[in-house]
Amino acid sequence: MAKRLSVIDADRCVGCQSCMFACTRRTAQGGLEESRIHIRSDGGFRKGFVVIVCRACADPPCARVCPTDALVPREGGGVRFHTAKCIGCRNCVEACPFGAVLWDASQDKPRICVYCGYCANYCPYNVIALEEIDPADDQASLNV
Amino acid sequence: MLAEDPLQRVLFVDLTKRRFWIESRRELFEEHLGGSAVAIRLLEELCPEGVDPLSPDNPIILTVGPLTGFYPLASKTVAMFKSPHTGNLGESHAGGRSAIAIRMAGYGAVVILGRSEMPIYVVIDNDRVTFRDASALWGTRSSYTTGSVLRKREPGSGHRTIMRIGRAGEQLVSYACVITETYRHFGRLGLGAVFGSKRLKALMIGGQRNLAPADRRAFRQVYDTLYNRATGSPLMQKYHELGTPMNVIPLDAIGGLPTRNLQTGRFEGAETISGERLASDYLGRRVACAHCPVACIHLAALRIPYPDDPYFYKTLMLGYDHEPIYATGSMLGIEDVPGMLRLMDEIEVQGLDVMSAGVALAWATEAMEQGLIGVEETGGLRLSFGDPEAYIAAIQRIVTQPTDFYRALARGVDHASAIYGGQDYALAFGGNEMPGYHTGPGCHLGYLTGARHSHLDSAGYSLDQAAAREERDLEPKEVARALLAEEQWRQVLTSLVICLFARGVYEPAYVLDALKAIGFDRSEEDLARLGVETLRMKNAFKAREGFDLATLRLPRRIFETPSPAGPFDEAFVRMALQHYAELL
Repeated sequence: MAKRLSVIDADRCVGCQSCMFACTRRTAQGGLEESRIHIRSDGGFRKGFVVIVCRACADPPCARVCPTDALVPREGGGVRFHTAKCIGCRNCVEACPFGAVLWDASQDKPRICVYCGYCANYCPYNVIALEEIDPADDQASLNV
Repeated sequence: MLAEDPLQRVLFVDLTKRRFWIESRRELFEEHLGGSAVAIRLLEELCPEGVDPLSPDNPIILTVGPLTGFYPLASKTVAMFKSPHTGNLGESHAGGRSAIAIRMAGYGAVVILGRSEMPIYVVIDNDRVTFRDASALWGTRSSYTTGSVLRKREPGSGHRTIMRIGRAGEQLVSYACVITETYRHFGRLGLGAVFGSKRLKALMIGGQRNLAPADRRAFRQVYDTLYNRATGSPLMQKYHELGTPMNVIPLDAIGGLPTRNLQTGRFEGAETISGERLASDYLGRRVACAHCPVACIHLAALRIPYPDDPYFYKTLMLGYDHEPIYATGSMLGIEDVPGMLRLMDEIEVQGLDVMSAGVALAWATEAMEQGLIGVEETGGLRLSFGDPEAYIAAIQRIVTQPTDFYRALARGVDHASAIYGGQDYALAFGGNEMPGYHTGPGCHLGYLTGARHSHLDSAGYSLDQAAAREERDLEPKEVARALLAEEQWRQVLTSLVICLFARGVYEPAYVLDALKAIGFDRSEEDLARLGVETLRMKNAFKAREGFDLATLRLPRRIFETPSPAGPFDEAFVRMALQHYAELL
């Protein structure tokens, strides 16, 4: 069964960005440039935070617009990314309505979530969690 | 230090010529790590002796440290400058996203020089610096507006800091602050006025990069240890739960909560303005600085009805902490919480340091009671303890400065009391207004000797509280020694820009492990030496600019109002000061 990172409750997010640092640290580096999850304020800290992460769509628009099949649908939802095929066209960035296709400016390639859940281990407030994708999920049922 | 660590890069921004350049200052960071230690060296290098703090020649130095971006809780930015408030060393620290943003933009330090001809804001995005017209933003009523305009106008949300000033900074109030991410501040010693003097309305900094550790495995191990200490142990619990306002009730209970301009150390409304009460009745959200899982920033949701229209409300989200509660609550005798919060909000709107502002109003109220000033001076306002409406109006006038009196009050209580009298109860130490502790000689000696004249320099209140608990008298020499040792170690923490709330997490052995994994091999003696040298350099800078421990003004009020640690007198304080000077 495929897993994805679920946003359990964005209203509990304090904006500490520990998940973002965890995502880059997964590659044993400090900093943020590898991060595949993004936390920003919803228009200032007083309005709370937005958690931007790949929701592993059943029929992912990012894969549909990829001209070189660098992004291919993963069984059960989400995508897999084949770096070597990517030409850096940014179609995928435009296609994701959540803005969850983040961009690696130094590589000129998208940063695609690998659904490992490492970030969730460092969320002190249970905002995010790695969960199995439920096939009965109404969004998943669109996958015809 | 690893060869490729961008920490060594110092960005210089010259507002006069609208130029910028980057210098590699590897030796500076290799030897002194960052934060306070690097900043004082850059200040000594760049700040001419005797310079007018509001002249173009006063530099603004912002530094971060090697741990920033690697580890949690190392998310403070140190600002150094010459203070327009004290005319001496200016050092102020802020969190928010400021430190992460500077580090991720690829710098260990950012230095602002000169003065712009017109109001501007500066955008630093990785290696690009843009000077943008801020003339339309200049004079906007609320500091919140500047934040929301720039947030929408410039890209990079989530990866940037927006440091900005309110009208207080534009009008050069000597205790104007710089606000970052709405709820954090370079609060003390007037950095806002230095921004204003440079016509710098805002400074935005952002970027993204990876940082390579020296030992990948050790880095992840040390990270987990520190993260678990911060989240899984009781070390950060008080900041995590009630936050700093958990101090209000215990301080009041021992008689150490400055009330009505320190006429007493007990406040009948302490329970009403306590952290417990604010949490149960007003806490609307908690937020965090970047890379800090603790989330100590507590926001009160205050619903305010519009008197002219039924069923019409606005809801303010206001950051509260112990010091703002002390400064706008007990110190002004205000126990009406909505009134206290609206006063705090007006101070935010104008962009003032809340502690100096509250103490200034407290002094003015007592001066009015004593007949030293009247309604001619205050422009018709009758200031009285417990009345937030008059204080809200007075805050606006401190900024607009319609009379000589407000022009004087806009420079703090040292200055105003030198003109109007009432020095015995003008509660400033080394020119900086009093923090929210009156626990005994330790706290006051800490304010006097601390390089920043802040309660965070050496935490003298904890000496007092220990003495009170153990029911023993403090000795002047003992106090001097303890304050110096504490302030020396804190130089190490602030050179690594570790939040002082996390001092329990980052004990020396953990600091050494954290540094080693990212390429800084140090011993405990090295760190201790850095602390001693940094504090010595700060005090040498202060001596150069005319500071002398022997000539400090001591407000008599602190000896008259009973303290939890028992009575102490001027002779005690003078002796401790002398001893401190000898030890230094």
